[in-house]
Amino acid sequence: MDELIFFINRVLISGTVLGSIYALGAIGVTLIFGILRFAHFAHGDMMTMGAFIAFLLAAALAAMGITFPLPMAFVVLPVAMVITAILALGIDKGFYAPLRARGAKPVTLLIASIGVTLMIQGLVRLIFGSGTRQMYVPGESKDIFRIDMSWAGGSRPINITEPQLIMFVVTAIIVIALHFFLTRSRLGKAMRAMADNADLAQVSGINTALVVRVTWVIAGALACVAGTMLALDVALMPDLAFNIVLPIFAAAIVGGLGHAYGAIVGGFLIAFAETLAVFNWTAVLRPLNNILPEGMELPANLSLVPTEYKLTVAFVILVITLLMRPTGIFKGAST
Amino acid sequence: MSAASNSVTKAWDNPVRRGILLFVAMFFIVLAVGIIQGTASILLILTQATAFALIALGLNIQWGYGGLFNFAIMGFLMVGGASTVFLSYPVNMAFWESDGPMMLGRVLAAFAVAVALVLLARRVDRIGITGKWRTAVVALAWFVGYIIYRTQIDPAAAYIESTAGFVGGLGLHPVLGWAFGGLVSAVIAFYIGKISLGLRTDYLAIATIGISEILRALIKNMDWLTRGTMTVSPMPWPTPLPQQLQAAGFSIPDSFVYARVMFLVLSVVILIGAFFLVQRAYGGPWGRMMRAIRDNHIAAGSMGKDVTGRQLELFIFGSILMGIGGAMLATFTQIFDPSGYQPINHTFMVWVMVIVGGAGNNWGVVLGAFLIYIVWIISDPLAQMIFLNLSVITEQLGWGAIPEIDSRALQMRVFVLGVVITIALRYAPKGLIPETVKSS
Repeated sequence: MDELIFFINRVLISGTVLGSIYALGAIGVTLIFGILRFAHFAHGDMMTMGAFIAFLLAAALAAMGITFPLPMAFVVLPVAMVITAILALGIDKGFYAPLRARGAKPVTLLIASIGVTLMIQGLVRLIFGSGTRQMYVPGESKDIFRIDMSWAGGSRPINITEPQLIMFVVTAIIVIALHFFLTRSRLGKAMRAMADNADLAQVSGINTALVVRVTWVIAGALACVAGTMLALDVALMPDLAFNIVLPIFAAAIVGGLGHAYGAIVGGFLIAFAETLAVFNWTAVLRPLNNILPEGMELPANLSLVPTEYKLTVAFVILVITLLMRPTGIFKGAST
Repeated sequence: MSAASNSVTKAWDNPVRRGILLFVAMFFIVLAVGIIQGTASILLILTQATAFALIALGLNIQWGYGGLFNFAIMGFLMVGGASTVFLSYPVNMAFWESDGPMMLGRVLAAFAVAVALVLLARRVDRIGITGKWRTAVVALAWFVGYIIYRTQIDPAAAYIESTAGFVGGLGLHPVLGWAFGGLVSAVIAFYIGKISLGLRTDYLAIATIGISEILRALIKNMDWLTRGTMTVSPMPWPTPLPQQLQAAGFSIPDSFVYARVMFLVLSVVILIGAFFLVQRAYGGPWGRMMRAIRDNHIAAGSMGKDVTGRQLELFIFGSILMGIGGAMLATFTQIFDPSGYQPINHTFMVWVMVIVGGAGNNWGVVLGAFLIYIVWIISDPLAQMIFLNLSVITEQLGWGAIPEIDSRALQMRVFVLGVVITIALRYAPKGLIPETVKSS
């Protein structure tokens, strides 16, 4: 039983956490690709930016002496989402819209998004320094819920932290809301139409400029949520999301670029593949030692890939996907 | 574009005069930095800028000539650096006298077995296993081969790391190491190109950036081969080191100047040689064919050109220059530190160099490389100066001094790089010295 609990703690929970973050990021990337047809590299730094905005707001509220039972950064999340969405609109207006108006190729927009990445990263480090911060305001702590498993014969509890629990709930709500938005609302249908065929959508009288703005608002807000959640789960640092923007892209591509549901599936797929690949299987298979003949023991470490190579798992999956099924699991859009 | 360029003087419109003007301007910038920062310091900047110019030429072959998106530059620089460590670092006798070489031999054998297994599995259609079953057999062969390899490499790596530290070098001349860096890069580029060149631009960008991260993870964690995060230093120079000159009776400041001048001359000679070849290739039929493929690969394909094959050629040639440049950088700094490689410093900066200079124009790319590298280096002290002055003001206002000025000013250059690239894309999308298109 302990082996199963260990598996749940190490794989199920941490995989779901990582998957939620990847999925939220990948939805933004995939929506932008679907509507604007370029790979938005600055998405990771938009996540970092959102996390820092939430951090500032939380610190400001805490300084005013307001307290909540939930983590402060989570309470201010809606406001931070709005601010990040406005900033995303501003970034589009300032850097991408002029290039689009000139009729620049998607590649040029990709390079421009790298410029934006560098600027955001430089600014964030300029203002906040390059150290690591805690997302919790003084006096708060990361609550850990321990679910006692003695009724099932386990000696150790299942551990889950408060931000992880919040994250599961928030991700579920966002995914459901997005589903209804895309399938039921007029604007969501317009978005899907434009992702399918931009020219046809414009001819049919869809306000494409509005669709572009809505895309940035959604992408910015989701980036803020993903960044804040990541910072709550780990810690707040300037290169927080820059390091995971590549797995996010891998998730979006594996799911099929331009396909929102694909991004969710891809996010969880990549996350679980990463966690399972570095998982030490000996911990689960240890009972087998009793069955195995004398002299044959399981080695101490039986993980598929050494932990240092965790990040490469995403790229290996990406390369295999690109070779076997370039459009992703769900058929994605193309440039 | 036209409205802006009509209003400026005629000299600006002529690409040759414009180039000369810009190079003269850059000469004065170099002179000014040299006077402010001292001769030894500007020589350091110039030598590294020369290596980066070589790397930027490599990217120009790929992106400027062929329109190939390569974000794996950092990976190739690391490969070049690691190769030159292997060839030119002094021999590590502790390794050769231990059981290490034997164990590595067994690793090699295991690797060969794994490769043979995969190759055999790919041929199972000969005995009637086809379709999905063949795929399954190939996947199984990959898995089994991987496990065979891991059973040998894990103990060998642990043994070498505990007894000898790392494999060490072969003690050969550093210039040979640079050539070896180019060679290894070419081999790796061949496989990367085989895998990813069929992809469209955005996919290619992400695939190459992923491959470069894989290369970084490998080089960083293969401690037995590259010493990983423990870094390798000091690397030998092909020209006399400052310490050797000091032993020969030069004063300490002079020794640095002379040693760096010699290194600079050597690297400039290599740059000129590479530039000559690349420029000749551009003007020749080969270059015309590459531009034809870049501008319309469907038309070029229908004229009978082997599009993917030619693109693979470009990718390999560009990567050779990147590998050589990376090896030169590692030799010059005398330290190979895998954790010192960052996508921003090593991939994106080269892209900014090529785009600001003018993709497709070798003169422009060399100019861009020197200009951007100097901007990159001097934005740190400049930002520090601004911050120190600001700090005085804030102190007078009673807000207290700005903390951590050093580390913050260092980040200023990332921001400046971002600003430069966005301005260039907006107002000079073809670069400072654009590619001249002859219409006849």
